[in-house]
Amino acid sequence: MAFATTAQLPKNSLRRKSNLGKRIMRNWQLYLFILPALVYFIVFHYVPMYGVQIAFKDFVAKKGIMGSPWVGFEHFATFFHMEDVNSWATFVEALKEFFLSTSWTVILNTLLLAGYTLLAGFPIPVILALLLNEVKSVPYKKLVQNVTYAPNFISMVVMVGMINLFFANTGIVNSILGLIGVPPTNFLMNAGAFRHLYVWTGVWQSTGWSSIIYFAALSSVDPQLHEAATIDGASRLQRLIHINIPTILPTMAIMLIMQVGTIMNVGFEKIYLMQNASNIGVSEVIATYVYKLGIQQAQVSFSAAIGLFNNVVNLILLLIVNKVSKKVSDTGLW
Amino acid sequence: MGKKDNTNPALAEQMEAEKLARKQDRERRKRVRKEEKLAEKRQRKFDERVGASAIRIKETGGDKVFNIVNLVLLTIILIVTLYPLIFVISASISNPEIVSAGKMYGWPVDISWDGYQKVFSNERIWRSYANTIFYTVVGTALNLVVTMPAAYALSRKDFVGRHLFTTIFLITMFFSGGLIPTYLLMTQTLHINETIWVMILPGATTMNNIVIARTFFQTTIPDSLKEAAEIDGCSNFRLFVSIILPLSGAIIAVIGLFFGVTHWNSYFNAMIYLNENGPLVPLQIVLRQILVKSEFDASLVITGITGNVAGGMFQAEQVKYALIIVASVPVMLVYPFIQKYFVQGVMVGSVKG
Repeated sequence: MAFATTAQLPKNSLRRKSNLGKRIMRNWQLYLFILPALVYFIVFHYVPMYGVQIAFKDFVAKKGIMGSPWVGFEHFATFFHMEDVNSWATFVEALKEFFLSTSWTVILNTLLLAGYTLLAGFPIPVILALLLNEVKSVPYKKLVQNVTYAPNFISMVVMVGMINLFFANTGIVNSILGLIGVPPTNFLMNAGAFRHLYVWTGVWQSTGWSSIIYFAALSSVDPQLHEAATIDGASRLQRLIHINIPTILPTMAIMLIMQVGTIMNVGFEKIYLMQNASNIGVSEVIATYVYKLGIQQAQVSFSAAIGLFNNVVNLILLLIVNKVSKKVSDTGLW
Repeated sequence: MGKKDNTNPALAEQMEAEKLARKQDRERRKRVRKEEKLAEKRQRKFDERVGASAIRIKETGGDKVFNIVNLVLLTIILIVTLYPLIFVISASISNPEIVSAGKMYGWPVDISWDGYQKVFSNERIWRSYANTIFYTVVGTALNLVVTMPAAYALSRKDFVGRHLFTTIFLITMFFSGGLIPTYLLMTQTLHINETIWVMILPGATTMNNIVIARTFFQTTIPDSLKEAAEIDGCSNFRLFVSIILPLSGAIIAVIGLFFGVTHWNSYFNAMIYLNENGPLVPLQIVLRQILVKSEFDASLVITGITGNVAGGMFQAEQVKYALIIVASVPVMLVYPFIQKYFVQGVMVGSVKG
């Protein structure tokens, strides 16, 4: 149809039209194809980005986002306890105050939880993929894959429900520990257990699924490399270390960048569901703090400022890691 | 691409002949496949007897140790992953008093279906279940309608502006306005909170899935197909609907199920935009109330097995286990059939991110 319309145009106008215009006109329907997605991204992603300006305003519901008065960096100053800084002495004073405040607690909690998640969650899928790749029995390989992917499909609510059941005083974990003589403890009410609980249940849920991408990368290893190495007398372990790992290194770099770039977005959903009065001191992270301030307590502008701070830190981390990775290994997101 | 004209007898005859030829062809192929399989089997038997492959002969003692360690490690991973799942199933059908006493370690004891009975007879659970099915079906349909055409457009090298659009979409993966501006958009600008739209529109597509579908189109649909269709005067729209989509069953299944599972499992939007006790809530909100906050309807706990309060508490635990199963069954049932495609989808997406 597009073809027909172009053919019907008078020859002159066709010739005069730039090459670019012709190329656009020929595929005009493709713009219709992309329109719904474009509208979606603009409305649900770019409009909120524009709305980020309320972080620099004092939001008044009646006046809306546009009409509310500007306050500059006031909310950021409040968050970092820097409102009254005008000299070196007051700055030091403010800094002390900041490190004792909720602001610092939520930043620290976010970093610790995210760092722990990355340390435990990044290498284990790689190891699983490497091990799985060495299995010769196809049915066994399939079995391990099918079973380890399954937890990925459990919803967060069910996951936390399971944690609550398993780790309660009368839960299965305590009864198994009881078999070897450990007295029962309530892990859920123990603030010290929160991080381990959060991270390792996450590992349980996501390891299998995250390993797929490495497993796929491993399938691209040239079998001739393995043959040559075998003839030269390399053992299985040596081949794994010197052939398989280098092959998946670029994939690992990409995954690392992606994970560091979203490190500050620790799993809000799970943390929020796992929070209780006993663990709030270690489980309050930036995301849950923003939610509580902004939506439950209606401190809209202040919480938007904290959220923006979070996103900017994320973005900077992403850019840094991407740059470093490009320098070191020639792999980057762009 | 010719139109079917059944009134023309000559054509009908020709079609009959074609049908017959196709049938014969199919049978022939079946035969060949059978023979191939047999030959393979014979070869494998032979290999086993002779120890054919060179690599296998060279397996050293160290390699054997490696093999054993590897199998042991994987088996441990397998058990650790599987055990909690089996435990939940067993706990949902075991006598709740024994489970609470910690005397059930994985094999069901004293089978009791009371938990399921309570779950099935609770109207609130069923209403939210129906809501979730609705959100999943309608939401996924919208997801596919938005994602597939966009991904196809972006896969076309002759689409002017595809880099611009890709960049616009990619930025959303790494930077967002954040929770508060989004919340204001939904409640102050669009006013879609407390409506079904808030469960369907906000996740209409994701760049992740667009990239996966785009890569599929780029790697599996040959350019020549598009060129041939163009020469035949076929419009992009028709090309997409009658040629590209029928060839894309695998990726539609994958993307559809990625989105479907997301819809089924999501609770966050419902939590902040819907009244938690209203008629629109999805299953996950009810799950949260029961599993995480332990807020029960009276009907779920009113009669314990022993008739006392403690009995009611044990019963409540069994209801929780049963509810976990009921809520996860649809995803778990679909998953094994689609698993193959899931993995393919992720792999396709990973070829070029």
